[in-house]
Parts: sequence; C-alpha cells; structure tokens
Amino acid sequence: MENFSLIGMISIITAGLTIAIGSIGPAIGEGRAVAQALTAIAQQPDEAGTITRTLFVGLAMVESTAIYCFVVSMILIFANPFWDYTVSQAGG
Amino acid sequence: MTISPDNIVLWSWGPVSLNGTLLYSWIVMLLLVGNSWLITRPLSSSTSISRWQTLLEVLIIGVRDQIQEVSHQKPGRYLPFIGTLFLFIGTSNLLTIVPGFIPPTSSLSTTTALAICVFLAVPLYGITYEGPLNYLKHYTRPTLLMLPFNIIGEISRTVALAVRLYGNIMSGTVIVAILISLTPFFFPIVMQLLGLLTGMIQAYIFAILAMVYIASATSAHHREANGLPEKEQATSNETQERS
Repeated sequence: MENFSLIGMISIITAGLTIAIGSIGPAIGEGRAVAQALTAIAQQPDEAGTITRTLFVGLAMVESTAIYCFVVSMILIFANPFWDYTVSQAGG
Repeated sequence: MTISPDNIVLWSWGPVSLNGTLLYSWIVMLLLVGNSWLITRPLSSSTSISRWQTLLEVLIIGVRDQIQEVSHQKPGRYLPFIGTLFLFIGTSNLLTIVPGFIPPTSSLSTTTALAICVFLAVPLYGITYEGPLNYLKHYTRPTLLMLPFNIIGEISRTVALAVRLYGNIMSGTVIVAILISLTPFFFPIVMQLLGLLTGMIQAYIFAILAMVYIASATSAHHREANGLPEKEQATSNETQERS
C-alpha cells in the first residue's frame, strides 16, 4: 500500500503548490491592469466604455492562466488518473 | 463528488446514454427556443409593446452595438452566431442559482464544442469575406517566418477559450459544493453571487473574443487601409504626448 500513500501525498502537495504559486502572477498582473485602467478612466471619462470592455477582455486572458492552475489542482485532487489506476490495480 | 455533469448518467439504453450535460444543455436550448418563439409571435411596432419584446429588443440592440464597436463592420452578418453564443452561455450560467441545475458549461465537452464552433467560424467568415487567398495571407503576417507561430496561436487560443470557460464555471460549482458541506446556509450564497457575476462576464468575454477573432480574420487590411477614425487618432496622439 506504499503506492497509495505516496501518490496521495504527492498529489495533494502538488495541488496546493500549483494553486499557490500559480495565482501569484495573475494576481499581480490583474492588479496592475486594473490600476492602469482606473488611471485611464480618470484621465478620459468619456472613453470609460471602451476601456472597461478592453479591460475585461484582458483580465479574462490573464485570469485564464490562474484558471489553468486551478483546473490542474482539481484534477490532481478529484480526478487523479494515477490514483484511479493504483486503486483499480489493488482492487482487481 | 462529481467534477463534471458528464459523469451523471440519468438513463442508458444499450449504447445510448443520457448524461447530465446533454439533459441540461437541452433544457437551456428548449428555454431559449421556446421563449423566443413565444415572444416573437405577437411582435408589433406600435407604441405599446410587451415587456418581453422590450427585453429581446434590448438584448439584440446591445449585442449589435458591441459587435459594431469591436469589429467596425456591419453587425448583421455576425449577429446570429455571436448572439447565440452569448445567450446560450449566459443562460446556462444564470441558471446555476436554480437548485439541482448543473450548468452544462461546467463540463469540458460543452465548452470544447463551443470553442470548435468558433474555430470553424473564423475561416468560414474570413474566406467568404475576403476569398481564400487573402485569408491564407493572414497567416504569413508580418513575415513568412511567423507562419508556424500563427497556426499554433490559432489552435492554442481555441484551447484557451474552451478551458477558460470550463475552469471558471466548474470552479464556481465545485467551490459552492465544498462550502455547502463545510459552512451551510450563508457563505455559499455569497460565493454563488460571485459565481453569477463571473458567469455573466465569462459569457460576455466568450462572445467578445469570438468576435475579435472573426474580426481579425475579416478586416485586418481594411483597417490598415482606412487607418483609425479621427477621434482615436487624436486620443492616441494625446497619450503619446503625455507619455
């Protein structure tokens, strides 16, 4: 049963590290983007619509990197293929 | 704990099985089609129109304006495709607040299908609008060296489109499910409100990005030929002077 504990342990640690490290970059990037957008809106309130739309599209692009990390960690915890394989081997 | 509605098999008969994703997407489709059919029966252009017709008009005009702003082209050609994307994703994300409804967009199958639709729509629109040669020349911009990177970019942005929507919606439902098991009643509601916001933003972004990709395939050299409108040129000059 050493395989079980090893795979479970590594999966959980990796999932935590993935979401922790993977959310630092997008958070900094989005913060900068929002700050710049606020500055731009303060300078030109007339263009608020265009700026906001572009900001949302850009934020979605940046956000997707964090989402990838989240998906990977979710897969590691809830739908881990190696875990399923070892369980099936042990059961069968 | 199911991570996607694909795994919920409601009914199976031999090789055919009906899973949650299929059922819920059909529910959303029936809602949209049925309501649209019902509302568009008594259409009128008089001064007293029904509330539902007003709702539809607001939606259509909003989508048209957005398409116009993004692509600088006449919106009529793109309205059915982009509007359908927006309405389908938006409706399925809005219905997350209905208990027992798992949005079909929280399954990777649905989002991949939608992304493949966009992936196919881009060359279709591009070729019908510019002819095959001009469309294929887009891949060699700015130089021939960029050809492989343009092709890789085309594929990777499609994957990103699918995974972005899937990840956002799936994370919303999973977080709510986890929180309900930990702290019932109040905190999950807050997260659901946040999920509603992100869901609508994701629907908007999916439609806008599809429009951006189509516009880049249909109007790149037109914009170079016409240049920017005067207002934009003036503002860009100002920003250059400021910086």
